[in-house]
Amino acid sequence: MENFSGTSEYIASEGLSRTVDIALALKKPLLIKGEPGTGKTMLADAVSKAMGKKLIIWNIKSTTKAQDGLYIYDTVQRLYDSQFGENDVKDIGRYIKYGKLGESFLSSERVVLLIDEIDKADIEFPNDLLWELDKMEFFVNETKTQIRAKHRPVVIITSNAEKELPDAFLRRCIFYYIDFPDKKMMEEIVRVHCGNVDEFLLHQALDTFYHLREVKDIQKKPATSELIDWIRALQIGGIRPKELDDAIPYSGLLLKKEEDFRFIQKKGNYGLF
Amino acid sequence: MVFSDYFYYLRENGLSVSMEEWLLLMEALKKDLARSNLLEFYYLSRAVLVKKESDYDSYNQLFYQYFEGALTENSVDKKLPEKLMKYLEKPIEQLAYDKDEVDERTDLEYEKLEQMFLERMKEQNDMHNGGKKWLGTGGTSPYGNTGYSRRGIRIGGHEGNQNAYRVITESAYRDFREDATIGIRQFEVALRRLRQYSGKIGEETELDVDATIDATCQNGGSLKIKYRRPRKNAVKLLVLFDSGGSMSPYASLCSGLFQAVNAANHFQSLKIYYFHNCPYNRLYQTPECIFQKSEDTDRVLANLDKSYKALFVGDASMAAWELRYFSGGRDGKVTDTVSGLKWLHKIIVRCGGAVWLNPIAEEHWGSGRGAVTIERISSELPMYHLSVQGLTKAVRRLLGNQ
Repeated sequence: MENFSGTSEYIASEGLSRTVDIALALKKPLLIKGEPGTGKTMLADAVSKAMGKKLIIWNIKSTTKAQDGLYIYDTVQRLYDSQFGENDVKDIGRYIKYGKLGESFLSSERVVLLIDEIDKADIEFPNDLLWELDKMEFFVNETKTQIRAKHRPVVIITSNAEKELPDAFLRRCIFYYIDFPDKKMMEEIVRVHCGNVDEFLLHQALDTFYHLREVKDIQKKPATSELIDWIRALQIGGIRPKELDDAIPYSGLLLKKEEDFRFIQKKGNYGLF
Repeated sequence: MVFSDYFYYLRENGLSVSMEEWLLLMEALKKDLARSNLLEFYYLSRAVLVKKESDYDSYNQLFYQYFEGALTENSVDKKLPEKLMKYLEKPIEQLAYDKDEVDERTDLEYEKLEQMFLERMKEQNDMHNGGKKWLGTGGTSPYGNTGYSRRGIRIGGHEGNQNAYRVITESAYRDFREDATIGIRQFEVALRRLRQYSGKIGEETELDVDATIDATCQNGGSLKIKYRRPRKNAVKLLVLFDSGGSMSPYASLCSGLFQAVNAANHFQSLKIYYFHNCPYNRLYQTPECIFQKSEDTDRVLANLDKSYKALFVGDASMAAWELRYFSGGRDGKVTDTVSGLKWLHKIIVRCGGAVWLNPIAEEHWGSGRGAVTIERISSELPMYHLSVQGLTKAVRRLLGNQ
């Protein structure tokens, strides 16, 4: 892949596609931040498709530790086997279970590794991975073996900014903040997902959508996925564009919090149903 | 080293670019990732050097200043280093021209440009490249693409050196600045920092099953028990809002903080009270501050301990006597024998850490209506501006690492 410019299902802005190119050329992890619903996770999928490489996803949870991504030594299984004599317990290698990072190192061809929502884990988590991501290798203590990446994986990391990431980690990444798409770009995105949308309906729907996003007191702003669901519903429901002038049909798809629903209702600009 | 003064320029102006990142940028330039184009260089140096969206705005400003000074001949103080200049220069597509002549001819107001543009659109019928009046490429007319002109309207195509400024100056990252006072979400993020460190508080009281199994196996099968600290958040929070009167202009800001505090479910305990100007012998449960919905401050205090952190939110602006004398509640029913300042002090010493958040920006503390009382109160406890940055500092202070 020479230059990344999105795929038929993923629209990337110029800045983003340039940044992907930069990260690939410099062989550094690409850290993507942005509001929920700006397509951070989908980017990795799009890159893997554009490159024609396999995608390995490591979903980070609050309990995830760096070690989980490398390997786990299954001591319990070994103890069990030694009690019941089912397998050869002398071969410790049998009880080393590789994690997602280990898997991507051991893969026989280059892969795209997505470390999704890295900020969910403990504050020290990213620091624990510095060496592994830098050198693309780690050491398995129990078997005294060095695991080195056969093909340096393309690493894409996403963060929801729930926590600050450590500086040492940031220094090693290429960083890009995905802006919330503007109207023009959103039109393209909607077209990709909803096919042929009536021009007038799309404009009306986008007007309403961006208007809602601008209302200051809304707690959960509707994002791209909500918009797409909503426009699909409008299409299926056969809503005429005119009806969007003073009402929001299927508003439950856009406003997911009861407080927001009531707030918009009280402001009285729209009839909600 | 190649144009290292760009590096020092960014550092001197508050962007903490590290050596490591700078070397990476050099490597990228060697690989020609900037493609000899200022806009590409803008994206490249941002991706490699800037790691926080809150720094995007500063970066934009610095980049603009640095390269504007270098590219227009009028200001000579910030010369673009020749090597970079050479690097960014477009070697082809440019005819020879008299720069002063072009500047003079094209130094027009934007409206004028637009008007002339429309006129020429009407007049022009065929392709014009390399000329100085018509729309085209590579020329010195203010209209068209990749040519030279100090001001102009770019028509489609790929941005050349000059026009990168449009992209840069138009992108709005101001809202991400950490000194901006906005957004519930940013408040939430700032408050979450009050949790990060709290996993390390407390005694090792919880059985660590994994570690125990590991240790037991390592120990040849005889039991070895491991304990760990519970991962619960030990922080308890007491929030006291000043309500009404001079606080009205900040209502939406405070409501943002209130929602953020309320949405934060990571505190072991959360208590929210209201007061008017200064806390006295009663704390109120609602912003209206009515007696029927109030509690005895001493009783509230009795239920607090050192695991509580206190967050005062108020403009700290009042008449000086309101601090020094008794009473002051707005319903008139308060009869007090302790001064406001003493009440404040009582709350502070009862809690394990207290800070004051002031919606008034720091630079106005010394000069505004509340200058006297602000000074008096900030001698009792640290005061911060109620902004994302201020809240972050306050949180750090509460956790005891500044």
